[in-house]
Amino acid sequence: MKQWRFEVLNRPGFSDVHGNGVLDDIHELGITSVEAVQSARVFLIEGEFEADFAQRIARELLSDPVCEQFHLGRSGAPAGLARATLIEVHLKSGVTDPVAESVMTAISDMGGGSTHVRTARKYVLLGEVRPAQLETIAKRILANDCIEDVIIGDEAEPPSPHLSPYQFELVHWTIRDLDDAGLEALSKEKDLFLNLVEMKTIQAYFRQIGREPTDVELESLAQTWSEHCVHKTLRSAVDMTVDGKPLHFDNLLKETVFKATSDLNKDWCISVFADNAGVVEFDDESAVCFKVETHNHPSALDPYGGAATGIGGVIRDPMGTGMGARPIANTDVFCFGEPDKSLDEIPKGVLHPRRIMKGVVAGVRDYGNRMGIPTVNGAIYFDDRYLGNPLVYCGNVGLMDKAKAFKHQQSGNLIVVVGGRTGRDGIHGATFSSGEMTHEHETVFSHAVQIGNAITEKKMLDVLLQANDADLYEAITDCGAGGLSSAVGEMGAKLGAEVDLETVPLKYTGLSYTEIWISEAQERMVIAVRPENLEAIQRIFDSENVQATVIGRFTNDRKLRLRYNGQQVAELDMDFLHDGVPKYSRQAIWRPRALSEPALPEKGEYNEELLGILSSYNVASKEWVIRQYDHEVQGGSVVKPLTGVANDGPSDAAVVQPKLTSPRGLALSCGMNPLYGDIDPYWMALAGIDEAIRNLICIVGRIDRIALLDNFCWGNCTKPETFGTLVRAAQACYDGAMAYGAPFISGKDSLNNEFACADGTTMSIPATLLISAMSLVDDIDKCVTMDLKRPGNLLFIVGRTNNELGGSHYYKLSGHLGANVPKLDLETAPAIAARMAEAVAGGLVVACHDCSEGGVAVALAEMAFAGGFGIEADLYAVPKSKDCTRIDAQLFSESNSRYVVEVEPSNYDAFATLMLNLPFGQLGRVKAEPRLVIRAEDGRRVIDADLDTLKQAWQRTFDW
Amino acid sequence: MAEVRALALRAAGINCDVETQFALEMAGAKADRAHVNRLIEDKGLLDRYQILVFPGGFSYGDDVAAGKILANQVVHHLADAIRKFIDDGKLVLGICNGFQVLIKMGILPGNGTFKQEEVTITNNDSGRYEDRWVYLLPQTDRCVFIEPERQVYLPVAHAEGKIVTKNAELLQQLKSDGYVAYKYVDKNGEEGPYPINPNGSTESIAALTDSTGRVLGLMPHPERFVRRTQHPHWTRLGEDLDPDGIKIFRNAVRYVRENLLESCTA
Repeated sequence: MKQWRFEVLNRPGFSDVHGNGVLDDIHELGITSVEAVQSARVFLIEGEFEADFAQRIARELLSDPVCEQFHLGRSGAPAGLARATLIEVHLKSGVTDPVAESVMTAISDMGGGSTHVRTARKYVLLGEVRPAQLETIAKRILANDCIEDVIIGDEAEPPSPHLSPYQFELVHWTIRDLDDAGLEALSKEKDLFLNLVEMKTIQAYFRQIGREPTDVELESLAQTWSEHCVHKTLRSAVDMTVDGKPLHFDNLLKETVFKATSDLNKDWCISVFADNAGVVEFDDESAVCFKVETHNHPSALDPYGGAATGIGGVIRDPMGTGMGARPIANTDVFCFGEPDKSLDEIPKGVLHPRRIMKGVVAGVRDYGNRMGIPTVNGAIYFDDRYLGNPLVYCGNVGLMDKAKAFKHQQSGNLIVVVGGRTGRDGIHGATFSSGEMTHEHETVFSHAVQIGNAITEKKMLDVLLQANDADLYEAITDCGAGGLSSAVGEMGAKLGAEVDLETVPLKYTGLSYTEIWISEAQERMVIAVRPENLEAIQRIFDSENVQATVIGRFTNDRKLRLRYNGQQVAELDMDFLHDGVPKYSRQAIWRPRALSEPALPEKGEYNEELLGILSSYNVASKEWVIRQYDHEVQGGSVVKPLTGVANDGPSDAAVVQPKLTSPRGLALSCGMNPLYGDIDPYWMALAGIDEAIRNLICIVGRIDRIALLDNFCWGNCTKPETFGTLVRAAQACYDGAMAYGAPFISGKDSLNNEFACADGTTMSIPATLLISAMSLVDDIDKCVTMDLKRPGNLLFIVGRTNNELGGSHYYKLSGHLGANVPKLDLETAPAIAARMAEAVAGGLVVACHDCSEGGVAVALAEMAFAGGFGIEADLYAVPKSKDCTRIDAQLFSESNSRYVVEVEPSNYDAFATLMLNLPFGQLGRVKAEPRLVIRAEDGRRVIDADLDTLKQAWQRTFDW
Repeated sequence: MAEVRALALRAAGINCDVETQFALEMAGAKADRAHVNRLIEDKGLLDRYQILVFPGGFSYGDDVAAGKILANQVVHHLADAIRKFIDDGKLVLGICNGFQVLIKMGILPGNGTFKQEEVTITNNDSGRYEDRWVYLLPQTDRCVFIEPERQVYLPVAHAEGKIVTKNAELLQQLKSDGYVAYKYVDKNGEEGPYPINPNGSTESIAALTDSTGRVLGLMPHPERFVRRTQHPHWTRLGEDLDPDGIKIFRNAVRYVRENLLESCTA
């Protein structure tokens, strides 16, 4: 076959959007000597065709006839300009190249027969660049070491795409005679992340059955027993000392988060903590399921790919729940270091937080948008402790037939893998994500990065929905962490399974049987099919060019048996695989921190502080991010993430209409306050629950149908002090869920979010609990948004303001933490929420916004500029605790359970009557004049600012 | 009276097909969705329909360029069937990615041949995907989908929506011969910079029709504004809010009813 090289670049006069973006990024790095960047797309195509057909490919397929020109062969540097440096970025061999696949299909459509295609990107940098700068540019901007090779100059050849075939050789890892040190060394050498107790348990098992394990057996155990898959820390027994007093749990999760769910025992909970996502009733026919996952470690190494596969992976959770749901909404919450860091503040082995943020947002955008799922709710939180460990939470909600919430695989069912092919990507992802990150991870764990292709997943979804409608399979689950090992292992746990690994379709040759079994290649799911349905289901998959392959069958002997070309390579007892993991007993300590309130001078007015909070990273408008997500696809958007007269105010929660023919809606929200956790994670968790619920109440979510999700991201929980903070938060989850009658339906944890720096120090993330919440909206026509609606309307505040500036954004402005963390009143909070829900549903309220970061001052400012109307408010009307005397506390305290409400004068009586006996007050009025004026009790204007100034402060931070 | 029948085309990565089908049905058509593979297998399938819609999405991941791979597939397998469909007096609508496909096939602006690409759609000036609402002012009285006097408000959601022509003469011809269907404007009907023109499109062009007026391609999504609760700030507006998007579908259905069905039965 001949090899052809095509280069496609912009015609003069058309802007090189990609090249210009790279130039901006180079200048952002402080390298100003580069004057221009030209980018080109490169295609390397092997095929049986001649020059005239190559011309056609270039002209008709690869280049745009208006904006672009093409070059057959290698083009040199442009002459007569500044010094030029050529850089090409190629995918490492084996990395998925979706564009190449599409080009192969298209050439075949053109009659060009079968071809082999690779793609690359070429950059010409114009201007002086020193070698060290070039390396920085290549590494920090152009390429990612994990998946890409950089070639500098126009002489070097791209890496060979050809891989050598795999030669079968059965590998045993001898462990029966190893001593403790030997077991630990083996675990470390093979990246198993199994500790000594686990290695000894495995050793005992193989001593008992009288043989050495094969490599794939140990790998399967390591995957199945990984923290990522079994959450052994949260399920462990805990001996805790709280302020010196002992406390014991037999199983932490069962006695906190799960216990609330079982104690509440809601009949609308259909399947909770059992499947890939928690399932609750939606209406008489349908159910909804919700899952939130984290993809932190991969996103630290490859922000774009890590985040893309994060969202891609969590979408497969609802798709693999029950008999499969149709994904209807995405959520995402990110935690990053602050994006204005200079490069020398960044530890070695860590990407710049701005690059991480841009990459993560782009990854979620490209995958979520391509899947055709609206991304409707989220948050971004900044703290420098996330520098080494950014957090990427991705959520997905699915809609399913209520009668199909459970699986029923049986012995004799065929094991069918569907969707994408298996490659070497994502090997050891589950175990890798369970350990600590180090400055060497960038090179050592590049193979743990998975590569996503949204269109493969979309195609798979399209046919799975058809197969589900036709009842052609018995069970479904996704290949997530642990790959086939987890998917088949879990589905066959009560049955037994045998798999012929050579039948698994591969992306390329060279994979060993072990790599096939534990690969975390994306876009794959496993279904159980009755033999008599195989032909029918195969026809559906074939009709839309989606691969479905029988790789084995479920048995009835509770054994996992793996073969490669007929040779047995593994035989494990399912019971040992799933229940053999040793039960842990952990120590935890909680001691309240000795903290105090800062002594800040009292001021005459607080305009500067309000503007400071509005423009702070956490509070500032995230419009730059939100608009990059398609939040309207599927046509069910009701309350969008941005609202108000100019479509740019911050909505409290999102509402979607899952069925276009029914007025019922689904509301989604979240709550998260890591700063409070620095004071006390118990109150942090309760504040998160309260915030998520407030957000739902504000937009007319039902209070009696709130379902919660917990996602714990913590540091190293083998340290009793760190684990103690997690136990505190778990206790709060129980208390909060019980108080609100809102069960947890699903959850996930990501521990060991610590980063070992080259200098030997460790950076740990703050205790970070994300609470996601969803509820029903009976009639979407009744939804209320947070923007002020009309001058002359009355403003009320409901809920008490306490002297609670601890962990506030007001204190953060001056670098203080404080001590008085907002403490949720477990009795009053649900009462306020219930009455507010009634007021909103009863049409008494035209705008409603919760007070959270930045307190009542920020809430008023946001309502005002979102609606384009001014406010006159008086702090004397704010119900407050006796010690809440300072103006700054009244303005910026972040006390829970508070709502600012706009009411039409004609509804004054009805609203006031409804709120009777609750802490509430008439705060002020909506004004036509676009100014926010807040007066202290003595009549002095403590806030006086025009709305443009406030809005600009809020918007300029991320005006990227 | 015979039914108006509409087909929303599916393909790998097309993702607005369900709500497009819903909008067509709301407008009074009997609407189906079919995968492009079914059309390639059975070229007669199209004969049953009077309206063909290329919905939005990311066909084949927008690999190479938005709409390019699907356009290539349709050109090489369905060119004659679609040409006949248009020649029979039937209607073709391309929304967002579907518009990109029509452009890259050469159906729009459509000077009679498929491969003559003199107009294209390329990357937004902003360099990124954006979902935002825009005002659109009609520029032609020939297109059967749109009412010449009615300014509309619809969302765009794309990364490649900037329309460019090969040269200034072509641009002049597009304008003077009524090929430009909609322009991006502000609330008062005036052209302006980003974000009024969300992608930097030449002369704010948002949509194109062909010489028959029976083919329309537009970047904004009419299927995303067929109910009042889809408006981005409907909670500020009255109950009588009239969704602009559904009009485009209703106009198509009415045209078929008045011009294709009645003439068939006559």
